[in-house]
Amino acid sequence: MTTSAAPAPVAARPSPRRPRPRRSWTGWAFIGPFMAVFALVFLAPIAYSVYLSLFQDRLIGGNTFVGLDNYTRALTDAQFWSGLGRVSLFLAVQVPVMLVLALLAALAVDSGRLYGRDFFRISIFLPYAVPAVVASLMWGFMYGTRFGLVGNVNEALSVTLPDPLSPDLVLASIGNIVTWEFVGYNMLIFYSALRVIPISLYEAAEIDGAGQLRTITAIKLPAIRGALVIATIFSIIGSFQLFNEPSILQKLAPNAITSDFTPNLFTYSLAFAGQQHNYAATVAIVMGLITMAIAYTVQLRGMRKGA
Amino acid sequence: MSTSAPASTPSSRSGAASTRTAGARLRAPKRAARRRGAAPRRSVVLTLLTGLVLVYSLLPLIWLVVNATKTQADLFGSFGLWFSGDFALFANIADTLTYDGGIFTRWLLNTVLYVVLGAGGATLLAVLGGYALAKFDFPGKRAVFAVVIGAVAVPGTALAVPTFLMFSEVGLTNTPWSVIIPSLISPFGLYLMWVFATDAIPDELLEAARIDGSGELRTFARIALPLLGPGTVTVALFTMVATWNNYFLPLIMLKNPDWYPLTLGLDAWNDQASTAGGEAVFDLVITGSLLSIVPLIIAFLLLQRFWQSGLAAGSVKG
Amino acid sequence: MTPAWRTPLRGLGMAAALLLGVTACGSGGGSSAGDVRSALEEGGKITVWAWEPTLKSVVEDFEKEHPNVDVELVNAGTGPDQYSALQNAVKAGSGVPDLAQIEYFALSQFAVGESVADLSPMGAADLDGTFSKGPWSSVNLEGGIYGMPMDSGPMALFYNKDVFDEHGIEVPATWEEYIEAGRRLHKADPDAYITSDTGDAGLATSLIWQAGGQPFTVDGTDVTVDFTDEGSTTYAETWQQLLDDDLVAPVNSWTDEWFQGMADGTIASVVAGAWMPANLESSVADGAGSWRVAPMPQWEEGASASAENGGSSLAVPEAGENKELAYAFAEYATTGDGVATRLAEGAFPATTADLEDERFLSREFEYFGGQKANEVFAESAGNVVEGWSYLPYQVYANEVFNDTVGKAYVSDTTLQEGLAAWQEQTVEYGNQQGFTVNE
Repeated sequence: MTTSAAPAPVAARPSPRRPRPRRSWTGWAFIGPFMAVFALVFLAPIAYSVYLSLFQDRLIGGNTFVGLDNYTRALTDAQFWSGLGRVSLFLAVQVPVMLVLALLAALAVDSGRLYGRDFFRISIFLPYAVPAVVASLMWGFMYGTRFGLVGNVNEALSVTLPDPLSPDLVLASIGNIVTWEFVGYNMLIFYSALRVIPISLYEAAEIDGAGQLRTITAIKLPAIRGALVIATIFSIIGSFQLFNEPSILQKLAPNAITSDFTPNLFTYSLAFAGQQHNYAATVAIVMGLITMAIAYTVQLRGMRKGA
Repeated sequence: MSTSAPASTPSSRSGAASTRTAGARLRAPKRAARRRGAAPRRSVVLTLLTGLVLVYSLLPLIWLVVNATKTQADLFGSFGLWFSGDFALFANIADTLTYDGGIFTRWLLNTVLYVVLGAGGATLLAVLGGYALAKFDFPGKRAVFAVVIGAVAVPGTALAVPTFLMFSEVGLTNTPWSVIIPSLISPFGLYLMWVFATDAIPDELLEAARIDGSGELRTFARIALPLLGPGTVTVALFTMVATWNNYFLPLIMLKNPDWYPLTLGLDAWNDQASTAGGEAVFDLVITGSLLSIVPLIIAFLLLQRFWQSGLAAGSVKG
Repeated sequence: MTPAWRTPLRGLGMAAALLLGVTACGSGGGSSAGDVRSALEEGGKITVWAWEPTLKSVVEDFEKEHPNVDVELVNAGTGPDQYSALQNAVKAGSGVPDLAQIEYFALSQFAVGESVADLSPMGAADLDGTFSKGPWSSVNLEGGIYGMPMDSGPMALFYNKDVFDEHGIEVPATWEEYIEAGRRLHKADPDAYITSDTGDAGLATSLIWQAGGQPFTVDGTDVTVDFTDEGSTTYAETWQQLLDDDLVAPVNSWTDEWFQGMADGTIASVVAGAWMPANLESSVADGAGSWRVAPMPQWEEGASASAENGGSSLAVPEAGENKELAYAFAEYATTGDGVATRLAEGAFPATTADLEDERFLSREFEYFGGQKANEVFAESAGNVVEGWSYLPYQVYANEVFNDTVGKAYVSDTTLQEGLAAWQEQTVEYGNQQGFTVNE
């Protein structure tokens, strides 16, 4: 696809060393190393997982072939579906909030109307450099209602803020951490896309007498549709694989963040605490298929509208 | 991506990006010439509004810095966003670096090792692969990216056990290799290099080199590589972040704290309070957290110019 | 000490006890005990997975005494993290340590799966009477001895005397009195709580244990889970009052808030095992002098029942390459000179000789205002209710405790309903794993 339009009429040159445009295996010399390692660390474990998903290994009774039983179990497992429902809710709320915030920031930075633009750009991006583990530990400290920042505010203003780690709020609190981590990252993606909009488009808009808002909706947003779609897809995959943040916060909110809080936590506790590797592999595969289906759908729809 | 870690890092599970459509491509522009002649009027209101996002982004980092200056007692006894009591930052840093026989330094060096070999290798593989996808037509090319994306969608948590079993079969677990090898794969890096190389390297140059009889490897090294500079820096930075932040995979693979990266070490310190006879070292966790992000922030600031231009070129195609 | 618990060893002191341990081991006969001796003479290298901090000095001493033995001590994670790692290593068949720290509640899981070796033939069979009854019964599983008791956690009530005095609260002798004390305290000072609890499987099972409940019964692969027995019900109904009236601080154990709460008096007491003093000393330094130790409150007036909470054993994985040498080290650490080293660093013993040693008993804890706290703990060790057992998959059960019973702490669900849900989930899991549960 990216190999753009085939260059000119090349036909008659029989040089053996001309890989393009004719298909040749030369490209594999360059992509080969990547694919070899990829096969080792991705494809092989996936294949092994598929194999594992067809068996059941018990503490008592050993390993037996069970066909598709694990899949049947996964599809009817309330714990799995409740986790999936939770990340779907997360996806439906956190992703739009984060992307809109990132987009607004990107438009503001790009508008050239900010004082200290570069400072804004780099500062908002900085949280991306903070490891998810550190971010969660840090926010976990701040969420504390007794000695954390929330507690400080309560004390200073003599109010009682709701506990961010209570069951009702914990998902939102995790959403906040994830938003904090990635708003700058997404801003930067949007900003980069905005920067390369050809100047001719702006000139045309100016001639048409378009206002600021009109320029944004008619020129900027359509121009960065691709970046928006990609950011959305990344975020969908990220949401469905939510793990690090709830896993670290679990120590602080054991009753609010259950072991089946997200599908990924569920597979983790199945595999590690429960020693149910086979079923964990099955859940992961089902989850992977669902993620892929949704990511592809978003991609197709997003692109079709743009085209 | 870097690892099969389930980090919710968009960057680390990119890939899906592959689909540039005609629509997106049509607008793919020439490199943005600095546009817009007259600088627009600056707006205080807009600056203040955007300032809210800025505050949101920086506040937790300020909290971290402030609290790294406190003693463990002040940590809980004083207001979180202002300095209080003794200014213990340097004492805390010294404690962090010397606690438990200076293990923090060891973790730091481990992390550097993983970043140099893991992120360095990932960048190399991504540059080579991206170049191939951009400039060659080869059998199976369409399949390559589809497979890469599909694999990324499978949650890493469950792949961890099979990967662990396979690695332990060949004796790689509990060695640095068990962290480095999975870090070598960055689908996002591959995608970024693909897009970048497509535009950055004119086909004509390659043609000319080939006509001159230059070998493929030589052509790549002499002609393509220099042109890929900004893109390479960008990919290097992103793989570096991914490797630096790697948590889940080392958690599964490494059992010996001597091989821990910083993330795992800090988490272990945080857990330490909960063992019988263990010592609570929350002040060290906080100072260590601060120390662990400083190198990345410095790298970002220093290389700002490079990665921003690389990213700009890449995201266009999005 | 309860009379029943006295043995002729009392007063002989540690040295004599150790001597006895050694002779017992030596006279135990059997080629395997001899193998242990020759393994020690031959030397070699063993890997030990443990998170117990005091083992570091024990290893150093051991290596000094046996220069030809190299012991690599690795902290492979705390509790469940390490069990996962161990299980994965066993499954993979490589990277298995020679010796592993395993808490009592988790040991039967490894014994049932035959992942750890029966130590009886190596000399452990002769150790009857060496360890206090709680830990000893925890390692006696399926007719074998699957671990060497390293420490123990006979429970006691740790309370902040300053806070109690300030509000005129007597040390509660029963749980009813304890709840009443909680009410008074919280009423007098809305920031203060009698204790903190956010749902802890270890504490809940220990309290049920003390109340005489036996919710888990195990006979080979036949398992019963039943939280409707009298002990469990007593616990659930009584503890529920604390939750209903918001008398427990919603602070998670082992967090900064928890330590801070114990230091500033807003968490006025904690019920825990005898390993707690070391944690108080290191992490709640500000509470020094304020805290005291008392026997656990009782479910029945006038009773003196107690239970174990926590504590670990050292177990020898079946796949280890040098089982004899590993056992030799375990023996040194749990019955030999290692015990004294560990006690000096704040560990609580599982060995009867130490529990009865005058010097041990008369030690005055500065932290507890000079109180001879070990007397309380030693008495508790003797009063541990017999007949308790954990599930052969307790690690998983504890993992889902907060999913089920935890609901009682954050919603209208009662503890009893939570226990019922826990029962359901553990029954289902057990059956999936091939046990015959509740049939």
